[in-house]
Amino acid sequence: MTQEQKATPEEVVQSFQDAFSQNISETRIERHTTGVKKTEFVHIWMRVNRNVFKDAVKHLFQFDEYPHFAVSSGYDIEDSIDLIYHFSIYHGSRDKELSINIKVSLPKSDPTLETITDLIPGALISEQEKQEMLGVRITNIPKDKRVFINDDIPKDVYPWRRDETGPQKYIKNLHEVKQ
Amino acid sequence: MSQTIKTTFQLPIGPIHPALKEPVAFEFEIDGEQIVDVSVALGHVHRAIEWAGQRRNPIQVLYLAERICGICSYCHPMAFALAVERIADIEVPEHAQYLRVIHGEIERMCSHILWAGVAAHEIGFDSVLFLTWELREKLLDLTEYLTGNRVTKGISMIGGVRRDITPDMYPKIQETLQVLKDHFEKLRRIFLEDKTFKMRSKGCGILTKENALKLVAVGPTTRASGVKKDVRLDQSYFAYGDLDFDYVTPDVLTGEVNGDVYDRIIVRLLEVKQSISLIEQCLEKMPPGPIVSEPKMAKLLAKLKKAEGEAIGRMEAPRGEVFHYVKMNANEHVYAWKVRAPTYSNIMPWVPMLKGQQIADIPIVAASTDPCMSCTNRVIVIENNKTLTLGKEELHQRSIQKTRRLQA
Repeated sequence: MTQEQKATPEEVVQSFQDAFSQNISETRIERHTTGVKKTEFVHIWMRVNRNVFKDAVKHLFQFDEYPHFAVSSGYDIEDSIDLIYHFSIYHGSRDKELSINIKVSLPKSDPTLETITDLIPGALISEQEKQEMLGVRITNIPKDKRVFINDDIPKDVYPWRRDETGPQKYIKNLHEVKQ
Repeated sequence: MSQTIKTTFQLPIGPIHPALKEPVAFEFEIDGEQIVDVSVALGHVHRAIEWAGQRRNPIQVLYLAERICGICSYCHPMAFALAVERIADIEVPEHAQYLRVIHGEIERMCSHILWAGVAAHEIGFDSVLFLTWELREKLLDLTEYLTGNRVTKGISMIGGVRRDITPDMYPKIQETLQVLKDHFEKLRRIFLEDKTFKMRSKGCGILTKENALKLVAVGPTTRASGVKKDVRLDQSYFAYGDLDFDYVTPDVLTGEVNGDVYDRIIVRLLEVKQSISLIEQCLEKMPPGPIVSEPKMAKLLAKLKKAEGEAIGRMEAPRGEVFHYVKMNANEHVYAWKVRAPTYSNIMPWVPMLKGQQIADIPIVAASTDPCMSCTNRVIVIENNKTLTLGKEELHQRSIQKTRRLQA
């Protein structure tokens, strides 16, 4: 399943930098230890430009035949929406797994990103969730339906947004409601 | 002679039951008793926990995270704490890391044994349900003894845990583990050798290794399909790196991997045994030291207020990998928080598992990934424009009838 030769975190980052040079930034390798034996584990972070995002995900397949996709998270920050796709490679051998987090910024004026469900079908629910929570548009998504939010909620309200499209006017604090 | 046209029917199942943390609605396309296609809809009781968390400080979020799930009430706050500790650069004392393993493994045993009872109930073996839940009761008593609570444990803290386990408490832990060991053989015989259990679980709800990998299944669901994936081993956290254990896949016991319900039973049973051994190893190797890095809450909060950055917290919950992403902006509140419970990843694999099965197998196949099967609360069968409503009870009866038919 996993290839015999496992790349080190530095080699993984280097390989991404070689492949995407200008389009990749903020790479960082986080090393931590745990337990009495100080077992080490590694989290890799990187930011890629939107135009190479899909290729960056494809690039992961060079290291592991089936990179594991955990979930994508995201947040609204000023004029853009940041999405972070959390992957891991090399599971199945003790303490060798590397977490790889790929961040991509989408401008609010055009928050579109291509789907990765053709590469990893299990990413569907995550992508649907990002569409309804953050108002991003995933192109070519196989199932364009809401999963978590009820259909009764207006289409232009996105719960995780911090701007005027956020859910503010729908929130009622109990202590503010006059009895 | 008029020509008969064979059509399929739609069978919606779900979505709401109060016991379920993530209510789910299925829409089955059925041809007689056979399931042809399935589609899954989620989120009928989305509680906006992540949104609420973004308006609280990290310590308050711990208690909120504890309430995400009643069974994984330890994994969620701990995965969140792991992420926050990485952002704020908090070193967890070694003693606390061992205590964290013990609580995690007790929770795993509670969950797996509870699941075994539910699985037995789904195929109509209620006496086994009572046997397993009696054992679980012993574990709940132990949880109460160690944490002061039975379900929502309130033991987690950023930088450690809130209560110590001292050597004078070891006998009680060992006594409970002994009870489990004594009953293990009995459980193994019932679940793995009983003829009826085998008939209902073998070759039922198959998830191939390839599908498990592609649909990113996690936990016992994916391990039963032969995928070696366990966060405890893949990427050590707490003190798991110090302990001696290995991946549990069904071939350890039977020498083959089928990825069916039977294999998922094997994996969970063996993991109970593994958890007992892990707790024993922890008690043996327990290093001395403090239980939390910063006991003064005000000081800890002041430190967290200055913390800036982002991190992930991963942990192997009973049902699979729990994943938390946290971003903090040197502010009182958490800036962004994403929670991914294991069921989130185990929903998509339901589709290949359920295709080709019979209606009577829905309860055991869906239950085999360990969601709460209560979503079968409301079933409507539409037959030739005539609506026929089946309750959970009736669906359960169909499952029992199949067991009886097979026994006859």
